[in-house]
Formats: sequence, C-alpha cells, structure tokens
Amino acid sequence: MVADLVRVTDLVVDRGGRRVLRGLDFLIAQGSVTGLLGPSGCGKSTLMRSLVGVQRLTSGTVRIAGAEAGSAPLRSRVGYVTQSASVYDDLTVRENLAFFVRVLGADRNAVDRAIATVDLISHADSVVGRLSGGQRSRASLAVALLNAPDLLVLDEPTVGLDPVLRRDLWALFHRLADGGAAVFVSSHVMDEADRCDRLLLMREGRIIADDTPQRIREKTRTDDIESAFLALVEDEVGPA
Amino acid sequence: MTPRILIAVAMRVLTQVRRDHRTAAMMLVLPCALMTLLWWMFQDMPGDLFNRFGPALLAMFPFIVMFLITSVTTLRERSSGTLERLLAMPMGKLDFLGGYAVAFGAAAAVQAALAVTLSVWLLGLDVAGPVALLGVVAIADAVLGTALGLFVSAFARTEFQAVQFMPLIVIPQILLCGLFVPRSSMPDVLHAISNVLPLSYATDAMQTLVSTTETAHVWRDLGIVMGFAVAALGLGAATLRRRTP
Repeated sequence: MVADLVRVTDLVVDRGGRRVLRGLDFLIAQGSVTGLLGPSGCGKSTLMRSLVGVQRLTSGTVRIAGAEAGSAPLRSRVGYVTQSASVYDDLTVRENLAFFVRVLGADRNAVDRAIATVDLISHADSVVGRLSGGQRSRASLAVALLNAPDLLVLDEPTVGLDPVLRRDLWALFHRLADGGAAVFVSSHVMDEADRCDRLLLMREGRIIADDTPQRIREKTRTDDIESAFLALVEDEVGPA
Repeated sequence: MTPRILIAVAMRVLTQVRRDHRTAAMMLVLPCALMTLLWWMFQDMPGDLFNRFGPALLAMFPFIVMFLITSVTTLRERSSGTLERLLAMPMGKLDFLGGYAVAFGAAAAVQAALAVTLSVWLLGLDVAGPVALLGVVAIADAVLGTALGLFVSAFARTEFQAVQFMPLIVIPQILLCGLFVPRSSMPDVLHAISNVLPLSYATDAMQTLVSTTETAHVWRDLGIVMGFAVAALGLGAATLRRRTP
C-alpha cells in the first residue's frame, strides 16, 4: 500500500461568480503518475492551481503531506508547470534555470541535468523568446525539475510536442514517479490516458471517474478512454 | 526575507536590462541628451536658468524612467505567469520587491553618475554642496520610482493601462514639485498637496544641494523620499497575493 501524498476534501472553487470546482474528493498516491483528463474549460487548471496553493478556495481543503497546500514548508517540495510557459523570454534557457535554482536554493548542477532531461542542450544558450512553443514549454518544465520535488503538478505539459518527445517525457514522468514522486499531469488529449497509472476524468467541475485506465474501460465496456468518457457522460445526463 | 533570493532577483533583472540593448541605451543616454537640450535651450537667455531647472530635472529622470520600466516589467511578470510561479516557490514578497528595488537602484546609480558628471563638468551646473550627494538623491528617486511602479502595476491589466498611470501618478508631481512655481507661492491647497508628494522633497533636496553647502536639509529630504519609497514597497507587497481568485 503506497502512502497518499495529496488529500483533497470537498473542494469547491468559485471564479468570477461561476462555480468552477463542485466539491471534489480524491487522493494522489506517492510514486504514481496520475492523469487529469477532461475537455478544456472543465476546471483542470483551477484544480492544479488549488494543489499548488495559488488558488483562493471557496470551501474544502487540499492537504499535501499533512500540510495545507501552498504553505511555506511545501513551497520547495512542489514543482508546478503552468499551461503557458512561465519563463523569462528575454533570458536564455540556462539563465532562466540558473535564476530559479538560486531562488529554490537547489544544487547548481541541477541546471545542466534539467536541461539534458528536457532535451534542450543544443538550445541552452538561446534566448527563450526565440524558441518554438514546444521548446519554451520544455524550458518551463525544466524549472520544475530543478529541486526534485515530491509533487509535480504539470498543466498540459505535452501540448504541441513532437510524438517522440512526448513519449520521452512520459517516460520521464514515470522515472520520477519510480523515484517516489507523485506526478499529476493534466491533458485534454484522451489518447494520453493509457500512459497514466491512474486517471481522473473531469467534466464541468466534477470528477466523473477515478480509477486505472484499464478498469475505467472495463466498467464502461469500452475500448478507449474517449468512448469511456462519452459513456460516463451519457450515464449521467441520459443519451443525447 | 532571504538575501540569497533578493540578490538572485536583482541579478536577473539586471541581466534582462542588459540583454535589451535599446532599453539599456535609452536609460543611460537619454537623461544626458535631455540635460544637454535643457542647457542649450537656455543658452541665449539672461540669468542662470539652467542652474534653476537643471537640478529638478536630475531628480525627475530616474523617477520617471524607473517608474515606467518597473510598472511594465512587473506587469509582464504578472501576466506571463512567472510571478505566480515564483510565489509558489520559497520566495518572500519582500525578496521580489527588494530585488527589483536593488536592481533599478543600481541602474539608477549608473544613470545618475553619467547625468551628474555631464551636467557638472561639461554643462557647468554650479553645485555648492557635495556633488556625490546629487547622485545619492538620484538613486533614492529611482528607488521611489521603482516602488511606485511596482505598486501601480497591481492595478493595471494591460501594458497600455500601466503606461497610463504615468500621467496620473507622475505628471501632477512634476507640476507641483516647485519646478514651475515655487511651492510656497502656490495656492494653499496646492501647497498642502505638494507637501505630501515625494517628488517635492526630491526636488527640494536637489535645489538645496545646488544653492548651499548646508546638507542637513538634504538629508532630511532624502529621508522623506526613502520613507515614501519604503511605504510604496510595503503597499506593493500588500498587492502581491500568493492566492488569487
């Protein structure tokens, strides 16, 4: 039995007068890759922001290793990659990482390791603003890898990436999970579902399934997650 | 507050400024060019008008330039998500604000050194007090501009809005700082308002430095300017929220 690192209890979030998260309850285990799948606008990013502790909650709790999400002791233990690349466009990849490594107080050698991990060695000294979208998001991902976090929250990290690189990144997520980290990855691409140990399917601020990809398919008697998703939605609202 | 992080922010901001050659050049060359323009403009006029207006301008440049640069760069930091990322890391709000203040204070030191050197040794600005203190006042003005820029960036959603804060925050201070009309000759209400505007004290400090060797007043004014800067940084810290709606 693996320990649960993250415990979300009855999480409700309103943004701009609209209820975005409607009472979520789930756990995230250490040493696993958990996928958060759902159409864009269903509340994935808000949920991720809540885990990191930058989202104001309406009610409910998010606790990580027993502490409130976003509290000071967690700030060096949680890695967060936002959907848009949060790096400085006017600095090189290496300069960006060197800055964040100082902020984190992590080992300087982590910079070169992170650059190698996201396969940006040949672009290490290029200014981020001149890189392609995929390269920029990899630079942003590298920042989250600097301090070997216990929880890695990744908001759509593989969007627009070359399939080879996407495969490599998923392999990386599993390596990090094997090392004991909890990796929480969101995606709106259903075909990434099978790369996760466990899936949370989300729609309109609710979690409609929480299980391994295989069991979700079995329960819904479908062959792929996209069909499973449809079956679950139809169960909920009745066939269209 | 963690000095390691504060210094990291300051170094990063300076690297960004250095990388942007055009901005760096504007920051350093523009004040010199404008001082020269002022000097030239008064060439054929009777009386020593350059000596009257020059000091106030030396107080204004670092204030205006740093206000603009800071409000736009911090806004960019908010909209690009880097601020959110930093606040999710072990970064104190004062590390962030202090880093900016230190970086732009250092940039202002270089800017002031150039503008003061040019004004005093080439354009013949007559300074009765210690010349180096002119530079110190200029750095305090820059820190003040940075602090106010950080504060107002919280109220701007776009870079256009951020730039519009200049006419709102900066121009009234320029009008009321005593450059055009001595503050004691203003209508009472305006005089009272000018008493609570930091640029008035910065201008007073510069003008006192030029006219007398007595520095007690300059130090007092300098203290007031720094007080405003610290207060603005405090307000700026209050606008930085780790959790946003």
